[in-house]
Amino acid sequence: MARELKLMKGNEAIAQAMIASGTDGYFGYPITPQSEVMETLMAEKPWETTGMVVLQAESEVSSINMVYGGAATGKKVATSSSSPGISLMQEGLTYLAGAEIPCVIVNVMRGGPGLGTIQPSQSDYFQSVKGGGHGDYQLYTLAPASVQEMYDFVFDAWDIAFKYRNPVLILSDGAIGQCMEKLYTRDYIPRWTEEERRQHAPWGTFGKPASRGHNIITSLELESARQEVFNLKLQAKYAEMKEKEVRFETINCEDADYIFVAYGSSSRIAMKAMQMAREKGIKVGLFRLITLFPFPTKQLAEVAKRVKGILCVEMSAGQMIEDVRLATECNVKTEHFGRFGGIIPTPTEVLEALENKIIK
Amino acid sequence: MANKDIEARKQELLNQGYTEVYTKTKVLTDAVMHYCPGCGHGTTHRLIAEVIDEMGIQDKTVGVSPVGCSVLAYNYFDVDFQEAAHGRAPAVATAVKRLNPDCYVFTYQGDGDLAAIGTAETIHAANRGENITMIFVNNGIYGMTGGQMAPTTLVGMRSATTPYGRRVDLNGYPLRMTELLATLPGTYYVTRQSVQNPGAVRKAKAAIRKAFENQKLGKGLSFVEILSNCNSGWKMTPVAANKWMEDNMMPNYPVGDIKVDGKIAEGITAERLVLDHPLTVMQ
Repeated sequence: MARELKLMKGNEAIAQAMIASGTDGYFGYPITPQSEVMETLMAEKPWETTGMVVLQAESEVSSINMVYGGAATGKKVATSSSSPGISLMQEGLTYLAGAEIPCVIVNVMRGGPGLGTIQPSQSDYFQSVKGGGHGDYQLYTLAPASVQEMYDFVFDAWDIAFKYRNPVLILSDGAIGQCMEKLYTRDYIPRWTEEERRQHAPWGTFGKPASRGHNIITSLELESARQEVFNLKLQAKYAEMKEKEVRFETINCEDADYIFVAYGSSSRIAMKAMQMAREKGIKVGLFRLITLFPFPTKQLAEVAKRVKGILCVEMSAGQMIEDVRLATECNVKTEHFGRFGGIIPTPTEVLEALENKIIK
Repeated sequence: MANKDIEARKQELLNQGYTEVYTKTKVLTDAVMHYCPGCGHGTTHRLIAEVIDEMGIQDKTVGVSPVGCSVLAYNYFDVDFQEAAHGRAPAVATAVKRLNPDCYVFTYQGDGDLAAIGTAETIHAANRGENITMIFVNNGIYGMTGGQMAPTTLVGMRSATTPYGRRVDLNGYPLRMTELLATLPGTYYVTRQSVQNPGAVRKAKAAIRKAFENQKLGKGLSFVEILSNCNSGWKMTPVAANKWMEDNMMPNYPVGDIKVDGKIAEGITAERLVLDHPLTVMQ
């Protein structure tokens, strides 16, 4: 598929991008509101075209461990799920991070806690960027705000995953997953050849030629001194990501008196609220997070110096706001506005919140 | 003795006119195994390594180790290896094989890993008929964590968490995973073996060879249970532990083929598949 204009759902875009980006394998388990990812893959039958393997697992616990097994052979392996399923995957995610296995995980968030609701939410921020599983680890976390970004970020995710030997999380939500928008497709990237796999993943466990020692994929180190060295290595990797791989977008921030900070669906709503504010003569800007880890700490702090107040918009009880306050060192008035239970706030509500919580 | 000392001593003996009749297979590394002396893990490792060597598939084999006593199996086999989360080896191996169909993939798990926390992964990998080889070492106890009750612990058997013996009313019955898996259409070869004497070792090796040969032919899942003593966990000498295994484990877990070439083996009746569990008395 060359560059074409298409109309599709966010979840379909994830599936199409996986095929187009040369993904070798997908392992998943059905859960609303992201089941279209695997449904699309099964309907497309990529095993007949690109040779991509697609398998429905018996649980999310199993699918994330299939990702572990497949990705540890140096192939591009992905999964997707929604909040309760991602909770089940946390053990697997910490093992993937601990064994430094590149892979892509998509979370199309729904409301919680528990079984919660099937409607959109953004209440998995803490789980995503503060370590949902045990141990000191980070997932590089991308937050798409459109169907186009659902598609594009899969390609970007593979680059980062293999560059840093780290799992990449695409943190979306039910609104972006379910909505239909136009998107431009990209040229297909062929799946890696055997030679390319060996080149990109010399550490992979795909059978040991006589010329090298055996490759071992593990997160176990019984010697404390060596485990500490390994932990320091991981921290250095995360520090490098913070230095080099931060992504964000600023809109109308130059002359803004107030800014919204938001990501994903909420940033789309905040964008509209910003336009409404500007029409009323209130100078509002939008600081949109694209990477949630690494968080654009320095860049946000810079913008925050010039404004009188910040409204964080997130479909949660206020999770991202903690990192916003840390970034600005609480030097500027910062409040949260969000709705729960799958309720998507309206731009009018967001503007009212700005006026009542920040400007008043 | 360090490896270089062993090598020097070997040379010395050869120079004196001795002939080498038994040697370490090259598929095992020189790492000193951490297993308790007398435990069946070391023997089972060697049998798998010999089979890999004899079939000439060292460069194509990927192993998956569990959490449990054999968590460090990857240090002992000179093949590419992955260490899976507790119980997840069959899911891990599923993807290794599906994405690398030319590789020989085997899992190596204990009874806690395979039959308790990993029951779902085990049953579903078997039911999908994954073309892999699964090795299941059953010693009726959690060895590494200090001898707690396993799903395979016998009725009446003492463990750190059943200090007065396993009670059916409290803990349920020992789980015969191997018999269970034999009833699934996805399994091609299901057998139970043991490694407590030379005869048993020879049969176990033949079973492991068959399990790898089946994979070569693309026949589906081959499952080899190996009964082993856990002399440390059972608090017995290795010799006494092997005797106790024969007297108590084997009536509960009869040795022999259960399913061969995709069919229930000759002599395996419905009654045999659902044996009663005799009460075991552990002094």
